[in-house]
Amino acid sequence: MLAALGRRSVGITELFGHLGHFVADTLRAVPDVRTWGRQIFPMMRRIGVDSLPIALFIAAFTGIVLALLASYTVTAAVPLYFVGALVGKTTMLELGPVLTGLALAGRVGANIAAELGSMRVTEQVDALETLAYDPHAYLVLPRVMAGTLMFPIIVAFAMATAIFMGWVAATTLLPITTAEFLRGLRLFYVPFDVTFGLIKSASFGFVITMIGCFLGLNTRGGAEGVGDATTRTVVYSAEMILVLDAYWAITLLRP
Amino acid sequence: MIEFRGLEKAFGAKVVLRGVSLTVRDGETMVIIGGSGTGKSVTIKHVVGLLEPDAGTVAVDGQVVSELRRRELTALRATVGYVFQFAALFDSMTIADNVAFGLRRSGAMSEEQIRERVTESLRLVEMAGTERTMPAELSGGMRKRVGLARAIALRPKYLLYDEPTTGLDPVTSAVIDELMIRTREALGVTSIVITHDMRSAYRVGDRIAMLYEGRIRQEGTVAEIQQSTDPIVRQFIEGRPSVRAEDVAAPGAVPAAEGSQP
Repeated sequence: MLAALGRRSVGITELFGHLGHFVADTLRAVPDVRTWGRQIFPMMRRIGVDSLPIALFIAAFTGIVLALLASYTVTAAVPLYFVGALVGKTTMLELGPVLTGLALAGRVGANIAAELGSMRVTEQVDALETLAYDPHAYLVLPRVMAGTLMFPIIVAFAMATAIFMGWVAATTLLPITTAEFLRGLRLFYVPFDVTFGLIKSASFGFVITMIGCFLGLNTRGGAEGVGDATTRTVVYSAEMILVLDAYWAITLLRP
Repeated sequence: MIEFRGLEKAFGAKVVLRGVSLTVRDGETMVIIGGSGTGKSVTIKHVVGLLEPDAGTVAVDGQVVSELRRRELTALRATVGYVFQFAALFDSMTIADNVAFGLRRSGAMSEEQIRERVTESLRLVEMAGTERTMPAELSGGMRKRVGLARAIALRPKYLLYDEPTTGLDPVTSAVIDELMIRTREALGVTSIVITHDMRSAYRVGDRIAMLYEGRIRQEGTVAEIQQSTDPIVRQFIEGRPSVRAEDVAAPGAVPAAEGSQP
């Protein structure tokens, strides 16, 4: 039992060591703008724009559920306009970034790991290198940069959608007027709520794309290896989202 | 000139190369033969720095590959064309973009010049007119030809072929062999060909080296290999399931390596 635990600890330490090297190699590729510069806009479209439908779909239903949960939770002692406050605060601080992050860990992270994993096992990554391309500049940097830049934008749209659908649910399904909902929304709102959510989202974008690239480019074997890299990317990304979520709360929300 | 000196490589507990020493002279085609899993591909991947040796060196024109800085390695790679076993074409790009890919990286040519070079390279491998085709639409033999076109588009000094005829029918194999010979004549390149197809080895090679149990078992001209008295080499080139007793007993026969099964 102890031996197995020890082996697991060594394995995780080694993984983080390799990941550290990988991040350093990626940072070293930054000056190679000619290579990654051409890739960045197509990647922003693939990772960002193409992810909007799933992010907005999740946000819409989250907004509806949040409004109903809020009204169910507040008792007669609490005015109903608090529904607006609860929908706004929870969406901006927590559910907008985290739920979108978890959904995109599946969509974006898995996609990157599968694509780069397939390229690795079919020797396309080796071919890139023999043609004098640095895979970190050509494959990794555009994806990581696109993820880091686009995740906050997607989350901003998701926040707006969730609040909008929360308002729709509150005004159609609950005895709340638009004025009351907006009053609640403004009640505890501070601009930092949005900033906090977007900072978290950028860190999620960075971590999901970096893990996808790392595990994809380190794929071994054939189809089984690609499947394994894809699964591990989703699992590790989800775990890292929750770890980062706690990290940002401890760092930025403590009084 | 490409020189392998005491090259050793292991992957975890699996030792693949145990001290490969071999010299490939300028202008010649060296064929490396050997059974599956003997480390032939691993050997040539060291030439372009895709793998780092555990011990020993690989030197290209006197430059030790594992000691090169990133920029120097990039410059070296621009002089070496690599034809992969399954072509390794970028499946998201057209054939023209695949062939032009390395040329665009160098930045030394205009788009017009690149287009001309792509057409010329595809014509050399008899694949003219496929510029707009996607790799998935091509057969295995056609993909290998495009892989060769991509490698020669940069007009390399060296060409490395990783099992260029594996998985192809005899006619297509002969076509690929012919292309390799023609490429060498047209461009004057020095080549290393990895294969276990002996017909192809005899056709394209100037010299042949056999890799066995992580070392070069024997090297020589095509005629020397064909007349080899080494029972392991004879077993391989004749495609026998086991070493013949008369080969082991033959006058001048090289004794079987330790661990081999005569």
